[in-house]
Amino acid sequence: MKMAFHTLFGALAASTMLTCAAQAEDTKVGVLQSLSGTMAISEVTVKNAELMAIDEINAAGGVMGNKIVPVVEDGASDPAIFAQKATKLITDDKVATVFGGWTSASRKAMLPVFERTKNLLWYPVQFEGNECSPNIMYSGAQPNQQIVPSYDWAKAKGYKKMFLVGSDYVFPRTANLILKKHIAKDGLTMAGEEYVPLGGTDFSAVIAKIQAAKPEIIMSTLNGDSNVSFFKQLAAAGLTSEKLPVMSFSIGEQEAKAMGTELVKDSFAGWNYFQSLPGEANAKFVKDYQAKFGADAAITDPMVHGYLDVYAWKAAVEKAGSFDPDKVRAAAVGLKFPSPMGDVEFAANQSLVQPALVGKLKADGQFEIVWQSEGAIQPDPYDPVAFPGKSCKLH
Amino acid sequence: MMDLPLLVGQVFNGFSVASLFILATLGLALSFGLMRVINMAHGEMLMLGGYLAYLTFLLVPGPLAILIALPVAFLGAAALGAVLEVTVIHRLASRPLDTLLATWGVSLILQQAARSIFGAIGVSVTAPGWLNHTISIATGPLAGLTLPATRIFIMVVAVAVLLALGLFITKSRIGLLVRAVNQDRMMAAASGIDVRRVDLVVFSLGTGIAGLAGVVLALLGPVTPSVGQSYIVPAFLVVVLGGLGSMVGTTVAALILGMVSALSQIFLDVSTSQVLVLLFVIVFLQFRPQGVIAVRSRALED
Repeated sequence: MKMAFHTLFGALAASTMLTCAAQAEDTKVGVLQSLSGTMAISEVTVKNAELMAIDEINAAGGVMGNKIVPVVEDGASDPAIFAQKATKLITDDKVATVFGGWTSASRKAMLPVFERTKNLLWYPVQFEGNECSPNIMYSGAQPNQQIVPSYDWAKAKGYKKMFLVGSDYVFPRTANLILKKHIAKDGLTMAGEEYVPLGGTDFSAVIAKIQAAKPEIIMSTLNGDSNVSFFKQLAAAGLTSEKLPVMSFSIGEQEAKAMGTELVKDSFAGWNYFQSLPGEANAKFVKDYQAKFGADAAITDPMVHGYLDVYAWKAAVEKAGSFDPDKVRAAAVGLKFPSPMGDVEFAANQSLVQPALVGKLKADGQFEIVWQSEGAIQPDPYDPVAFPGKSCKLH
Repeated sequence: MMDLPLLVGQVFNGFSVASLFILATLGLALSFGLMRVINMAHGEMLMLGGYLAYLTFLLVPGPLAILIALPVAFLGAAALGAVLEVTVIHRLASRPLDTLLATWGVSLILQQAARSIFGAIGVSVTAPGWLNHTISIATGPLAGLTLPATRIFIMVVAVAVLLALGLFITKSRIGLLVRAVNQDRMMAAASGIDVRRVDLVVFSLGTGIAGLAGVVLALLGPVTPSVGQSYIVPAFLVVVLGGLGSMVGTTVAALILGMVSALSQIFLDVSTSQVLVLLFVIVFLQFRPQGVIAVRSRALED
């Protein structure tokens, strides 16, 4: 008993001292991803990549001499919880900035929180554009950096009859709106358009309609583990990738691995990064991540964007000489910084300048890069075909 | 849009969805009819069945894993159901609202336990080769129609469970006791029936069937800690629509909801069709508040 008391007292004293010593030069940042619910399949590893960047930065001396302390919160795949947790991070934990979000529904829910508190969110996932907030740094692809180039590639490959399948929320609805405008403009055929609620598992009717419409390619904006059900039921209905290819905008190496690669082999995906991307910076990132999280850990595009967001923030803070979100976002524009994708920078509309890629999934769960854009594409939140005349000027 | 293969295909899908509803709901209907207990943790019995199927597939890979997984999931979920009945539900039997809250708590605990053991990311079961076939019709007026073997398998399981349960209730000795307790708990107890034992048997039987539902669910989609949550709401809808506590009513209601959902999806997308299903239940209950089959039971009258 006496021993136990001493140990307890010692531990208490030690932890108190630790907090006191650390308080002077700690900077808190928020890491807000879904660690549970339907989106956990994708978001847990984005959190890992963001934390890895923070660890690396701390090991190299922190940001302007300050140690970075991450406060991790679970958005639980629920937009309302994302908004709550963002409020908690900013007002209670007083974080300097937040890295996080995946679904556009979660970003839309957090946006008013960040605008009200004048904080800054670093958003790592490709999305539907059509948004322009000074309090968000959009590192994921705009439509003209992923969806439209992938569509153009499919069109060039001779696929003329397209079927659009998506989860029922803002990203797939808007992405498909853009695709439909392009399909109409280019004189291709819309075979059909179907939505299933996020997390939905029954695709029987959707597949029956696909079979009736006989498209040449499916453009899928399904998110989360609905994809497992979709591909399982496609395979059960005899629709293999050779008969009917699927172009997905939310399936990366990790989702493919979790689903079982034989299920999704030979299907296509549009991204800005693949684990198979050549280059020294990427090789180092993959090696470091796998050393930390297991040799067979898969690396995906949003993980890399989550990771490079932390470095972008560090570079911008150091350029601005301040943690103030307004100064940081001003400093981030046009600032080149190294990343696993090579040197990248944010444009004046606070979106990342980056190339587009199309990959074909191989049996080992890696993508073979079958097409890439000529150089980096300037981000444009407003697709000129779908939203003519709108533009985003933030700086 | 309205071509014959699509229509026939959707009727088939309606039966397949209804089969899932039947398996997911029978246990709820049984325990409500008999004990007036609303088991909020029922969905987690599905989840348990799914994870047990996953484990069975890991331990005994091979074409027959699914056939081993069915009894394993049934027994596992029935055992957990028995524990739940003895430790929680029996002790709160006279306070229905408390059982509602307590079983909800159990549901959260089970979800979190699954998250801790198996991780937040779902696991997946690969259907064996003999279930990976598709019956497709190439010629005739139904050309283009495909019937996946997994969905036929689900229907077979549902029909087998219904037949077995029907025989159990009408022919076996304990089935007789179940019917007696269902009609009048006090009189049954007074005439020497061990009401406690009947409760326990029926409750674990119901959770066991939910375990079976979990196995067939694993053939269609991923098993996640929250998989039960997406089935608990339709399951309650089926119970309410069927007439509280009636097995025949539950079966008919599952078929009605499966068909309304599948056929409306010919014209509507999945989200709108879900709205339609809810509207249908609301309107139906306006005209027939007692559900498809009204159960005459003293247990439900007071």
